[in-house]
Amino acid sequence: MAQALTHSDPHIGDRPRPAKNYLNATTGIWSWMSTVDHKRIGVMYLVAVLSAFFVGGMFALLIRLTLLTPSHKLFGKVLIDADAYNRVFTLHGAIMVFLFIIPSIPGSLANFVLPLMLGAKDVAFPRLNLASFYLWCGGAALAVTSMIFGAVDTGWTFYTPYSTTTQNAVGLMTMAVFTLGFSSIFTGLNFIATTHKLRAPGMGWFDMPLFVWGTYATAIIQVLATPVLGITMVLLALERAFNIGIFDPKIGGDPVLFQHFFWFYSHPAVYIMIVPGMAIISEIIPTFSRKTIFGYRAIAYSSVALALLGFLVWGHHMFVAGQSELATVIFSALTFLVAIPSGVKLFNWLATMYKGNISLETPMCYAISFLLLFAIGGLTGIFLGALSTDVHLTDTYFVVAHFHYVMMGGTVIAFIGGVHYWWPKITGRMYNEKWGRIACALVFIGFNMTFLTQFFLGSKGMPRRYYNYLDQYQPLHAFSTFGSWVLGLGLFIVAAYLLASLRKPMDAPDNPWGGTTMEWLTSSPPIEHNFEEQPVLEHEPYDYRPKVKKHA
Amino acid sequence: MSTSTVDLQHDPHGEHPDDPHHQHHFTTMEQQFDTSKIGMWLFLATEVLLFGGLFVGFGMMQARFPEEFKEAHEHLQRPLGALNTVVLLFSSWTMVMGVLSARTNQRKKLVIYLMITILCACIFLGVKYFEYSHKIEEGLLPGHYYTHHGDKIPNTHGYATFFSFYFMMTGLHGIHILVGIGLLWWIAVRGNRGEFNSSYYTPVDLVGLYWHLVDLIWIYLFPLYYLIS
Repeated sequence: MAQALTHSDPHIGDRPRPAKNYLNATTGIWSWMSTVDHKRIGVMYLVAVLSAFFVGGMFALLIRLTLLTPSHKLFGKVLIDADAYNRVFTLHGAIMVFLFIIPSIPGSLANFVLPLMLGAKDVAFPRLNLASFYLWCGGAALAVTSMIFGAVDTGWTFYTPYSTTTQNAVGLMTMAVFTLGFSSIFTGLNFIATTHKLRAPGMGWFDMPLFVWGTYATAIIQVLATPVLGITMVLLALERAFNIGIFDPKIGGDPVLFQHFFWFYSHPAVYIMIVPGMAIISEIIPTFSRKTIFGYRAIAYSSVALALLGFLVWGHHMFVAGQSELATVIFSALTFLVAIPSGVKLFNWLATMYKGNISLETPMCYAISFLLLFAIGGLTGIFLGALSTDVHLTDTYFVVAHFHYVMMGGTVIAFIGGVHYWWPKITGRMYNEKWGRIACALVFIGFNMTFLTQFFLGSKGMPRRYYNYLDQYQPLHAFSTFGSWVLGLGLFIVAAYLLASLRKPMDAPDNPWGGTTMEWLTSSPPIEHNFEEQPVLEHEPYDYRPKVKKHA
Repeated sequence: MSTSTVDLQHDPHGEHPDDPHHQHHFTTMEQQFDTSKIGMWLFLATEVLLFGGLFVGFGMMQARFPEEFKEAHEHLQRPLGALNTVVLLFSSWTMVMGVLSARTNQRKKLVIYLMITILCACIFLGVKYFEYSHKIEEGLLPGHYYTHHGDKIPNTHGYATFFSFYFMMTGLHGIHILVGIGLLWWIAVRGNRGEFNSSYYTPVDLVGLYWHLVDLIWIYLFPLYYLIS
């Protein structure tokens, strides 16, 4: 370590693509399958979760197509019958939640970027990281097996008593969820240890990029909430296999207990999904506004506040499930508290953009989409957290629209934005900027066509998960289905130009966006050990005062 | 746990050729040891929460069936439970002495203490075997398998629910004991080969932490089931 690596080094950004980098340092399929390099594991996770996204997305398009008309007919033939429909929406939900969104940002982007941002050579436990990926594969294999053995029609929430009495492959699916849970725990455990012990010399907690803060807060939830899901799935499997009666009222059990257990995990899981999305936005906005982030500490603390509050509000999923009135009122009040850290973040991002030098490259387009969509998702959450309106809106399309605005409009949009933001670093190639913006616009329009419509459907009383519906809902259902095609087209274009960027290379510079965090100090793609020399911290993150770096 | 068997021949950028246990991404052995400990404590936190769900479920059901739970616990053999508590507490002490031996380069003592710990674990499982077979004979079983006759309160599911939780919680704990035996055997074999010394004993320390947690959970299970009043 003769010399420390800093942003002011003149050679940064002028280097050609390194001949030996993490992608080609060793060759052969086995060198990938047995790798302990966090960058390669991140890439494998990226391919894996995007495959799950594709499958889940195909199911989504099928659901929308089935609902195009009340007769479910296309060219005179019934598309899928009611039983198949139940299986398709269950698979859509289970795949999207457990195989895609929960592992998406932590497994792929955070795995790749977090050690680089900390100036570390790897995550704390590289082999555990690989084990986490293989557990994901095992969980995916179990989920696919359950599809072969008749699939699951319980909805992704596996509510008892239906899930303990139905004849289909719930047992396999619960084992899949159990396995995926441990994959998630190992990832979170790794990130906490990495953040504590592997920060670059001179980097204190409040010198870390906000992406690290978000990932750290997420990791806390992953470690503390997921085991409860694990034991819940074990209980469900035991109940099915041996009928031990924990959830069966006929022999002294309590089906609502299942809902408590399930949401004790699955509400915090909402924050496992959204907090990493917010973490990406906290990186993109200052970089493309060329401005120091506004309210660094407030954003950092609000990530942790969301993580902790997330543990206290699970009862708002059960307002009509027979909770005591007192519990319901308390859960409702606690739910409103969630608006505070969310609002803190949103206003800080807006304040960062205010009088900034904004450039609308593709990642920034996604970040702005996120701000709009997440605001709608968050505000409609207030309708559902308020008791009087929730009783009317429970289990309608309003709920479906709300959580799609948060999960897809929030997390997935941020994820796609993050993929664009770090694509040059991960692959060493630039994608087509023009197509990037066109696709972003299509995704934004298609998303709103699909899901804004569903707010209206829900408030008019269309129940979620129903196969049949009254003729009066048909125009709105049809419009929503048209929207899903626009959304699908947008995402297809994204896949096309990203893959094309690999085939027809345009080399990326080290720091195409002029970012100030440490991952931009290394080459694109990074060398196998991440950095030529140990980077040391020179200035706060997002410090654009000294000089604005070159901009491609 | 991941610090133990890194193989530098397959680690192309190993930068610490002087110490085969020192992984390339840690600056010092101390940093590596501290990191492993953080990882283990986090894992133990997940274990506590895994059992935590069952403890909460037990509490809810006890509130629902207080009389039945009180009566059902009379079927548990308190002396055997107390014996197992003593055995596990003793094994915790031998585990501590094992870690101390590893840290002070006493290879033989390390192996002896680990073997005593394994022996205690086996005694625990043996006692549990007698307890379980007694319950099975009497029909004191979970859910609809419950066939015991002569309970004071008729037409209730409280007894069956008690034994559902009893078998799930002690069963899950028993699985942890089995895993513990495997881990103890693994570090005993490695210790016998002389792999641990005062500068590297991370696996012994981490298995020790795991073993203490397994003991600790029993310390909670024992009064919960055997000493209800």
